[in-house]
Amino acid sequence: MFESVPDIIRYVIQGFGVTTSIFLAAAAFSYVMAFVAGLCRLSNITIIRGITAVYVEFFRGTSLIVQLFWLQYAIPMLLGINIASAWWIGVIAIGLNYGAYLSEVVRTSVISVDKGQTEASIALNMTRFQRMRLVILPQALRLMLPEFGNYSIQILKGTSLVSLIGVTDILYFGDVYRSSNLSEGAMVYFILLIIYFIIALPLIYLSKKGEKIAKKGAAT
Amino acid sequence: MSKDFLTLGEVGWLENFINEYTPIDLTYWSNETFMEALPIVAQGIQITLLLTVTTFALSLVLGFFWLLLESTPFRFVNLIFYWIREFIRSTPPLIQIFFVYYGLPMLQFVDISFTPFMAGLIALGVHFSTYIAEVYRSGIESVPKGQTEASIALNMTKFDKWTKIILPQAIPPTIPMLGNYLIILFKEVPLAATIGVLGILQLARNFGSQNWSYLEPLTIAALLFLVMSYPTALLIRWLEDKIKRNNPSLKKARERVEV
Repeated sequence: MFESVPDIIRYVIQGFGVTTSIFLAAAAFSYVMAFVAGLCRLSNITIIRGITAVYVEFFRGTSLIVQLFWLQYAIPMLLGINIASAWWIGVIAIGLNYGAYLSEVVRTSVISVDKGQTEASIALNMTRFQRMRLVILPQALRLMLPEFGNYSIQILKGTSLVSLIGVTDILYFGDVYRSSNLSEGAMVYFILLIIYFIIALPLIYLSKKGEKIAKKGAAT
Repeated sequence: MSKDFLTLGEVGWLENFINEYTPIDLTYWSNETFMEALPIVAQGIQITLLLTVTTFALSLVLGFFWLLLESTPFRFVNLIFYWIREFIRSTPPLIQIFFVYYGLPMLQFVDISFTPFMAGLIALGVHFSTYIAEVYRSGIESVPKGQTEASIALNMTKFDKWTKIILPQAIPPTIPMLGNYLIILFKEVPLAATIGVLGILQLARNFGSQNWSYLEPLTIAALLFLVMSYPTALLIRWLEDKIKRNNPSLKKARERVEV
């Protein structure tokens, strides 16, 4: 049973680069979306608030796998282009989905910064932008850390879905290996789970660390 | 250009606007297919909801077992189960579903095979129980330590302490959290479509492959999920605010578990 393990690992690992690149790109994209959407929802302008609310609630209200399939067919329609690579569709879908979740984290952290901080910076005659950049965000960022850690693990878990739209990640190679060695099924998927867990370990460590930083006392 | 986009009454101007000022290409869309697919895809609601409810029930029970397994008197055992739970929690549920459905029946010493529904139920149930355990734990931790100390001071038995003091205070704050997880689970259930469970998503994809138009059925699938999950989410947010207002000490416990 175990003699095939090196074979499986050698075969599956071909997709390692794609899995990690999708994870990194999707994570970066969703962090950007989180701040853009999170701050837009705190905007003074009603239209901007409304549009971002629709985006956030749509992507939070439907599931990632549905969005992934939907975007696969909707992107050609929405952007008027016929060919979009599966890699990009995966990154866009995961980024938009978790960007929506994380924007709520950004929004609630900004709101939970003590009101006295805002009042003090108004008293110091700061502009709205200075207030956000110099006073509120540095304090809010600390509060966001644990949630960003948690969601990063969720993003990593989400990347396994991209094989369903034909991206050649480790799950794709695992499926191909299994289809020609049916009796190895359990081993193949167990190895895949372990690979994902190994990638997740540093994230687990970082999110624990982020939790400690967030807990350290300060005006909240 | 297809003529049937939103021509309910006189909204042809919308089509003109979209054609002129946005990159959206309407040739991909047909209202007829949309109406045709709607009743077919909607048939999947039943299976999707059934799988959601049964999986949730299973994870509520299993979550309790994790709590017990991690609080045995032996630290080593607790640590092992903690890492097993961490392993299940931080690896993709999709691969866990494949593991149960394609993997387990192939093992020589296990002589079972699962229907797609059962495989989805088991894999997702175990995966979600790891979150539910965390909810239970945070509920118990939200009970102030003074309550335990007071019940010891009153010479209560261990059983009385748990059933009369701790659990009655620990359970109410977890209800909105459990509700949140129910919605999250509802959105994870379409993963079971990959092994052929005929829920909303799989029916949408089947319709797509038969009629060679995926966009409309998948839009319906997305809308169905939205229509069902959004009102529930609003209800739970309202409930949560209400409970939070009543006991402000809960805020801290809540932060840890949000997915």
